[in-house]
Amino acid sequence: MKHMTRKATRHVSQNENLIFEKSSPGKAAWKLPPLDVPEVDTSKLLGASERKDLGNMPEVSEIEIIRHFTRLSTWNYAIDLGMYPLGSCTMKYNPRVNEAVARLEGLANAHPYQPEKISQGGLRIIKTLSECLIEITGMDAITLQPAAGAHGELTGLLMARAYHQSKGNPRKKVLIPDSAHGTNPATAAMVGYSVENLKSNDRGIVDVAALTSQMNEDVAALMLTNPNTLGVFEQEIHKIADVMHAKGGLLYMDGANMNALVGKVRPGDFGVDVMHLNLHKTFSTPHGGGGPGSGPVAVKQILEPFLPKPVVVTKTDGTLGFDYDRPMSVGRVRAFYGNFGMFVRALAYILANGPDGLRQTTEDAVLNANYIRKGLEGVYDLPYPTPTMHEVVFSDKLQAKKGVKTGDIAKRLIDYGFHPYTVSFPLIVHGAMMIEPTESESKEEMDLFVEAMRSIAEEVDEDPQTVLTAPHSTRVSRLDEVAAARKPILRWKPAE
Amino acid sequence: MRYLPKSDADRRELLKAIGARSIDDLFAPIPAEYRLQRDLKVPRQMAESEIVDWYRERSRENGDGYCAFLGAGAYSHYRPVIIDSLISRGEFLTAYTPYQAEISQGTLQSIFEFQTMICELTGMEVANASMYDGSTGAAEAVMMAARLTGRRSVVIARSVHPEYREVLATYAWHQGMPLSLAGFSKTGRLDLKALEEGINADTACVLIQSPNFFGTIEDVEAIADIAHRKGALLVVSIAEAVSLGIVEPPRQADIIAMEAQSFGVPLGFGGPYCGVIATREQFVRQMPGRLVGQTTDRNGKRGFVLTLATREQHIRREKATSNICTNQALVALMANIFMTVYGKVGLKELAKQNLAKTAYAAEQFGRHAKVLFAGAPRFNEFVVETSEDPYAINSRLLGHKIVGGLPLKKFYPELGNAALWCCTELTTRTSIDTAVAMVAESERSVQSGKEAEVTEEVTR
Repeated sequence: MKHMTRKATRHVSQNENLIFEKSSPGKAAWKLPPLDVPEVDTSKLLGASERKDLGNMPEVSEIEIIRHFTRLSTWNYAIDLGMYPLGSCTMKYNPRVNEAVARLEGLANAHPYQPEKISQGGLRIIKTLSECLIEITGMDAITLQPAAGAHGELTGLLMARAYHQSKGNPRKKVLIPDSAHGTNPATAAMVGYSVENLKSNDRGIVDVAALTSQMNEDVAALMLTNPNTLGVFEQEIHKIADVMHAKGGLLYMDGANMNALVGKVRPGDFGVDVMHLNLHKTFSTPHGGGGPGSGPVAVKQILEPFLPKPVVVTKTDGTLGFDYDRPMSVGRVRAFYGNFGMFVRALAYILANGPDGLRQTTEDAVLNANYIRKGLEGVYDLPYPTPTMHEVVFSDKLQAKKGVKTGDIAKRLIDYGFHPYTVSFPLIVHGAMMIEPTESESKEEMDLFVEAMRSIAEEVDEDPQTVLTAPHSTRVSRLDEVAAARKPILRWKPAE
Repeated sequence: MRYLPKSDADRRELLKAIGARSIDDLFAPIPAEYRLQRDLKVPRQMAESEIVDWYRERSRENGDGYCAFLGAGAYSHYRPVIIDSLISRGEFLTAYTPYQAEISQGTLQSIFEFQTMICELTGMEVANASMYDGSTGAAEAVMMAARLTGRRSVVIARSVHPEYREVLATYAWHQGMPLSLAGFSKTGRLDLKALEEGINADTACVLIQSPNFFGTIEDVEAIADIAHRKGALLVVSIAEAVSLGIVEPPRQADIIAMEAQSFGVPLGFGGPYCGVIATREQFVRQMPGRLVGQTTDRNGKRGFVLTLATREQHIRREKATSNICTNQALVALMANIFMTVYGKVGLKELAKQNLAKTAYAAEQFGRHAKVLFAGAPRFNEFVVETSEDPYAINSRLLGHKIVGGLPLKKFYPELGNAALWCCTELTTRTSIDTAVAMVAESERSVQSGKEAEVTEEVTR
């Protein structure tokens, strides 16, 4: 390879089979204490309900389990290893003190139904985090119950629907810009709304004239991501809010990109009625290979009666408790109170930052995205020259002339020691390359990234085949996804 | 700020490179009237030591050191130490959803193993990578059944976790999905006659839980038979996963929606937990949530990828099977490690200990108070009816650092002074005996109170 990377060096990684292939009868990684009550006759107790056999469950020792999962872990890329510039995913540093405090005995072992009297610590955490998030968003009330961003969208739209219903008409449609995340239309469908597409203008933002003509009394809400998935702030946001409100509609904000706004501007101040946050994006709780997340929904006063129940309240004696008496509530969206462990982590992040740290974080996130943009402009096509906030979207237009697509460049980036950017999204940009560095990247790491991206662009000119067949440095080469979907093998089975 | 890897000199250099005069230039797209000109009113920046102290205080206020007899959808089981050792590895903890398969094989293979073990334990053919929790998993399973049958309504057993039923009601609200309830009989099991009457030609599925909310194991075969005869599917919710070690899984179900919290996931005041949906192969294309499949790379080497994504929101948008995106991956990894540690033999022995502790406790309570639903097998929960209000008994138990059973009045008014008690392998005989003694004392004092009244009556 002519273009060698400064970021990464290949090294040996261990092979490891499936755990079932290491199993043999008689091995064990467990030991139970002696029973302090009489043994029981299980077949007498359970009768026909007794299970006799646990099939192909593994039998392995503890050291094998440690090695198994440690080896698997080394096959993953992670924020802890380097820049993870997935656009709209906000892959920022996950502070370790968050993990430590979430494991404190009284928080980790608390049963959700233990009496309120001995739950004041947990309730205080919920209350404090709620207050912080209300202040950060500029909204009036909040629920922490939703388990993830999409779940928050569902909750928010259910509340919007309940609000309209209370006025006598739930309305029929939800407007969604063509740049939106797929969860937005999927959520609208789950809440029984039809989806009407809203076209972006040539600057990549909402076309206010189009919005005005599409807005009517059938429209329940506009679901808007701001900054949008191009990393562009909706500059005419006040007009957008006015158009919605004039016809009695609600402005829903998808808070996926809140990392561009915290401490600098508050959605509640620019006309948003309901929004969700992703604690696993903006507030540093770990993505964990796909979850858990947490998707609090903040609302204006008009929607407060519809919040899922229960809500945390201060009782007359000054202690905290759950209020279930909420006749207008949309109901529950999840058993218990939500992903509490994520609340603990998100609040720890807010406490570690304070108002000055939160603002600096946002400024650095925007600064970093603009620095990446500057470094790659001219080398890659920038379809929308509109000012960049926390992420920047390029396209593969220049490279596609050589037959190299965004997905190929992404795979080649792996060889340079980076996780790829978000590929082929947003849909309004053909061959999109969506880059969000977050505040967690140093100048040095970003310089390496820019160098890698520039080097790949040169490779596309000189030796496109290298890029087209990438990655070359991973344990497995490109995997056959078509075969995986055509004849799905979704579980291991013993050889016959 | 200690998480930010930049000096002020770095920031100036970056601004210079960009060609901006100040950071404010970069925020110029935001209309000036909305830009916040003050500090956010959140607590000041704290040192790590202060944060730890603050949380230690909250932890002390939160039931630290109590022994709880609470189950009801959240179970206290021992968590092997290696679970946290392994999930704390940054490569698992700080990775995103494994869309880039070549550098996500660790996560992908572990999910494939998780799916396999869930299939083995539930007797189903396919399992997904996880749902948010047992309650939302059950609601999504019901919606999946509606898509599969083209029918609209649902019959729900009243013995399904009341909060799961509330979640389903919320989800069903705007789907035009009529819900009806089928009660339970004296044995605590679903009333089969009520079920039979409840199902009609529009019933997409029957939703039950087994072991049910009272800890009673349902007669799944009989229920499946009734549902299937009327063309409805059977969805079974499993809230206590450890039961699968000793209780025959509901193999006759069409969809199983499970909560895997019992498999090594901390109680954590209610979350994060780990839902999962398992079903038959023929139904997989209507299944919500991510799936990992096996395939090969260009050299024929085995590898794993996310697959059947055409069911999902990022491809199908409003036509997707669900809006779910982020799931509970790291929690599923906890469950995966737990299942691997206990395995084929350990899970059975673990479940047996739960059974033994519960049988002992039920017997002891039964000597002094009424244990309801004795006519059907149970796993690790049982319902005790006392003469005194269980809240009053529980508040005395708190003085002994014991949290008594969950009073059921709130969910089932007709059960009066009944409470749901749970014993796991972690419940000691000593704490059972202490709780039983308190209940016995309560019964004696109610009894002597009654006798005193009678005596008073007689003397009058």
